[in-house]
Amino acid sequence: MSETGQNTGQNGLVLAADGTPLKKSLARSLRVEKLRALALIAPLLLFVLFSFIWPIGEMLFRSVDNRDVGEVLPKTVAVLKDWDGTSGELPDETVYKAFTADMLVAIDAKQHTKLGRRLNYETSGISSLFRKSGRKIKKLDLETDGPFKEALIKIDKKWGDVETWKAIQTHSVKYTDGYYLAAIDMQRTPEGAAAQSEDKRIMMTLFKRTLWMSMIITGMCVLLGYPVAWILANLPARSANLLMILVLLPFWTSLLVRTSAWKVMLQQQGVINEVLVWLGMVADDSRLVIINNQFGTITAMTHILLPFMILPMYSVMQTIQPTYLRAAKSLGATNWTAFWRVYFPQSIPGIGAGSILVFILSIGYYITPEIVGGAKGVFISNRIAYHISSSGNWGLAAALGAILLAVVLVLYWVYDKIVGIDNVKLG
Amino acid sequence: MAALTPISRKPFWLVALVVGLFGGFIGLFVGTANGNGPMGVFIGAALLIGLAWFYIYVLKDERAGRGITFAGLGIAGFAAAGMPGLVLGAIFGAIGGWMIYWMYEGRYRAYVPPYLTAGQVLWHFTFRVICGAIFIFLITPILVVLPLSFNAQDFFTFTPEMLRFDPEGYSLKHYRDFFSNNEWQRSFKNSLIIAPIATIISVTLGTLAAIGLSQSHVPGRRAIMAILISPMIVPLIISATGMFFFYSDVGNWLEGLGLGKTFVGYVKVVLAHAVLGIPFVIITVTATLVGFDRSLTRAAANMGADPVTTFFRVQMPLILPGVISGGLFAFITSFDEVVVVLFVGSASQKTLPWQMFTGLREQISPTILAVATILVFISVCLLTTLELLRRRSERLRGMSPG
Amino acid sequence: MKFTKTFMATTALTMVAGIAGADHHMAKEMTIVSWGGAYSKSQLKAYHEPYSAKTGASIINDDSSAEAVAKLRAMNEAGNVTWDVVDVVAADAMRLCDEGLALEIDPDTMLADAPDGTKASADFGDLLVSECFIPSIVYSTTFGYRTDLVGDTPPTDVCAVFDTDAYPGKRSLEKRPINNMEWALLCDGVAKDKVYDVLATEEGQNQALAKLDTIKGDVVWWSAGADTPQLLADGEVIMGSTYNGRLFSVIEEQKQPVAMLWDAQVFDLDGWIIPAGLSPERQARALDYIMFATDTQRLADQAKYISYGPARLSSAPLVGKHAELGIDMAPHMPTDPNNAKNTFLYNYEFWADYRDDIDAKFQAWLAK
Repeated sequence: MSETGQNTGQNGLVLAADGTPLKKSLARSLRVEKLRALALIAPLLLFVLFSFIWPIGEMLFRSVDNRDVGEVLPKTVAVLKDWDGTSGELPDETVYKAFTADMLVAIDAKQHTKLGRRLNYETSGISSLFRKSGRKIKKLDLETDGPFKEALIKIDKKWGDVETWKAIQTHSVKYTDGYYLAAIDMQRTPEGAAAQSEDKRIMMTLFKRTLWMSMIITGMCVLLGYPVAWILANLPARSANLLMILVLLPFWTSLLVRTSAWKVMLQQQGVINEVLVWLGMVADDSRLVIINNQFGTITAMTHILLPFMILPMYSVMQTIQPTYLRAAKSLGATNWTAFWRVYFPQSIPGIGAGSILVFILSIGYYITPEIVGGAKGVFISNRIAYHISSSGNWGLAAALGAILLAVVLVLYWVYDKIVGIDNVKLG
Repeated sequence: MAALTPISRKPFWLVALVVGLFGGFIGLFVGTANGNGPMGVFIGAALLIGLAWFYIYVLKDERAGRGITFAGLGIAGFAAAGMPGLVLGAIFGAIGGWMIYWMYEGRYRAYVPPYLTAGQVLWHFTFRVICGAIFIFLITPILVVLPLSFNAQDFFTFTPEMLRFDPEGYSLKHYRDFFSNNEWQRSFKNSLIIAPIATIISVTLGTLAAIGLSQSHVPGRRAIMAILISPMIVPLIISATGMFFFYSDVGNWLEGLGLGKTFVGYVKVVLAHAVLGIPFVIITVTATLVGFDRSLTRAAANMGADPVTTFFRVQMPLILPGVISGGLFAFITSFDEVVVVLFVGSASQKTLPWQMFTGLREQISPTILAVATILVFISVCLLTTLELLRRRSERLRGMSPG
Repeated sequence: MKFTKTFMATTALTMVAGIAGADHHMAKEMTIVSWGGAYSKSQLKAYHEPYSAKTGASIINDDSSAEAVAKLRAMNEAGNVTWDVVDVVAADAMRLCDEGLALEIDPDTMLADAPDGTKASADFGDLLVSECFIPSIVYSTTFGYRTDLVGDTPPTDVCAVFDTDAYPGKRSLEKRPINNMEWALLCDGVAKDKVYDVLATEEGQNQALAKLDTIKGDVVWWSAGADTPQLLADGEVIMGSTYNGRLFSVIEEQKQPVAMLWDAQVFDLDGWIIPAGLSPERQARALDYIMFATDTQRLADQAKYISYGPARLSSAPLVGKHAELGIDMAPHMPTDPNNAKNTFLYNYEFWADYRDDIDAKFQAWLAK
């Protein structure tokens, strides 16, 4: 170092051209580089955080949010705390009075039906109890019409049922795990968490089916996509690009149209069955049942997701030098060994990228299974869509969604560990 | 592509074996359709082997031979099963005739490396047949959609008239409906407004961020990547409801600023779609940047180019393929998206998939198929043009295409 | 079935009275939400086009009625209601009204009188099932069958659906418990007036599912209204449930070999609500539209395009011929005496309470 005298300071520090210590100068340039990188990322990051992550978070928060009961019936919840539901005795007059007072406010603001709807998720019949009683409670006067215990029981005998009050008490907490319990076929009862009655257990079946069928779909896509990607990567560019159009065309065709086309293909009087019957391969009265079941869902979804598998595989395979294969063969490897030991390992990032993409997309799909899946080919997402757009039980939808999201995140994490998210390529 | 291997004529037994197998295979279907499979196999195989023998030893004129097979089997098909028979017979004849000479002249050998063994050649072609089958799988739904869009009835059904190739069974009414119906026209226009703008936003922001991410020292790189990829990961229905509440607030705020309701509606849908397209841009562009040689930008800087020039003149051309394919993904995400727009948009922003969705749900109408056919046609034209342009530019640059 | 009787009674026939015209205090543009397809088209012809011509208001269609309740709830929560008039079924209207999401309507002041001066409240009669709901049509969910695939004795009884020996082949049913559970119990020997009492019990629900179980392997489940017509046209099913207007279109407009099985048709109402919390200009516009679109002549006009019965007593005699086919529409109405020999009235209250519960069971049963 001493030879480059002018760049060495008095305490032996290496100096940059402008006289600052090199270490400091490097640190500064690193900082500038970091800042520049962050400045490039920042607009998008803020956009995504603000307009996507935050709204999703807000949506998922609904899965634990249970403030409705406490907000609509504040006085009732306060006095009901001291009531022991296990005693089998009805709460006393103070509870009924507080309840009437709360209801009078709620009815005025039309909030009582919302509450009834919330409690109806847990106990059938409460919704109409609130709605019907609401019309009569409206006419009560807090000053003159007591005692309210008798008055309410006269309005509807269900107010004289311990179970009704237990339901209100159980679900009056601010934050609940009730939706998550419902999402895994359990329920919150006054005695704690318990299994859902057997004839209503559906969620776990659907979760398992979603994962299982998504795996099959991913497997089918690998199986069908690999040869195609290989041939695209190994043909001369001219023919490969023409064949690429065949891959991209279905990709450019609307999902809804492709799903309908599969319906036309697969149904009992559909194209495939007609052709088979015409050829005599299948008897007219024993046509194949290939739609409205899991087979239908798997076929249609494999077709729809296949381009998502082919494109990343293709882009990885394009970078694999064909000379490696030739080298292996000239060193005496058989065709199979050359492929399996030399080519295949290099194509794994493509398989990984395609698989993760296909798997994630397939567990979130619901339109295709709805149309071709029949009763046994539907996914958990169909249930989420039902609760969001039909039943209005958004808490349960959010809980189901959160679980699904957790599964995906675990997969994403595993994938990132094994392959690295940087190695995902899409064409 | 130039031939790799000099070709030579092959012995008759090989020709007979291959065309016999093909004839037998097709014969099996015709046979079973008529109630006797084995007979069909036998007749099919015998027919093609007989023709091969005749052409090779007697006729010795390729063009005549192929013409005879094509026309002869077409006519035979027509005699047996009318119009569909004619088409199938002619196709079978064309392939059969071609195959006889392809085998006999040894043409199949021409484009295969000369050092391959017979087994390897066999595998080479078996593999192509497998790939061909997969390509057919990919394309069949579209082949089904095309004829159905000319259906004279309002159902997704091949009517007996259509199968007889009776002109009565076909009509252009669904195309007329698409071009004359306001709802379809409006939704088509909306899609053409929303998808490109959303694509431009996601490509611009996405490319910048991908370049930032590819720098060597980015704090919290993994976390940032995960966040940017998340719109692809979260199930759509959850994203849709979440975004609904968010964009309602944004919409109220924008309208409060005095902006028009319709304009605000477009802004909402465009932004929501832009977010959905971002992961695709990020993934494709970072992937191309992995292979990007950083010394190129340094060299440019060294020679006095400012960062903006460096970006547009050096970096951009090199990562352009990644940017374009990311952009295509983003475009198609928006152009084919139905769940989010149903929640975030209002009726004035109705897009094509939305219109298709209600069309499928409320009244199945082949207008949807007509639209799909038009879109397929447009994308075939687009893709072909792109390919032709690419070849032209390669020729201009003096590179041989492939 | 009180309301259907009221319905079928005929009243005097007079010309429509003019209605208040445009007002400059009203919004120029309005969004009307409906079901899409042929139904929206009938509204376009009968209501929207004459209304626009008369007042100059421009109307945007949104075919989102299937998600109306969920979306209105969300819009209300987000404080951004973009709809002005919404077409919903009665059950949805009741839910929306109870939750304070729909405007309460006073029929006598906000709706047009019948031509003979009968007040709207009397003219609609029992069909005003909720304070917020202005009914416009009566429709029914019923079965259609392929005439060429059911053998020599066409079905006349809804229980043919459960009789796979006499009528072998697939049948299509809606992928939800509503209506299916009722039909199952009816065909399992439960009296018509006891159906909902039975269905309210655990045993009753199991009984209905057990009955459905006997045909489970022969059912194609539909979820979109357009499915059954398509399935029937394909010959994919031999019979299937759907809305009567769609079957009309299959039979009369598309000329498919399909016939109606009116037995045990389930009556329901469809009509308008106005979302709560609109600005005064928009609300005025919506009310003006409703006043116009639910008068006697307009309701009768809609029946020219689709075979749903008008909800006003005074409209019934005005129902004429189909606008394009020129056939008499009256015999195709669900309320026609020949069709309404055996009808079933859908219980809104019951399903509002038990829907989630029974749906969970139903879906679990389907998945088994």
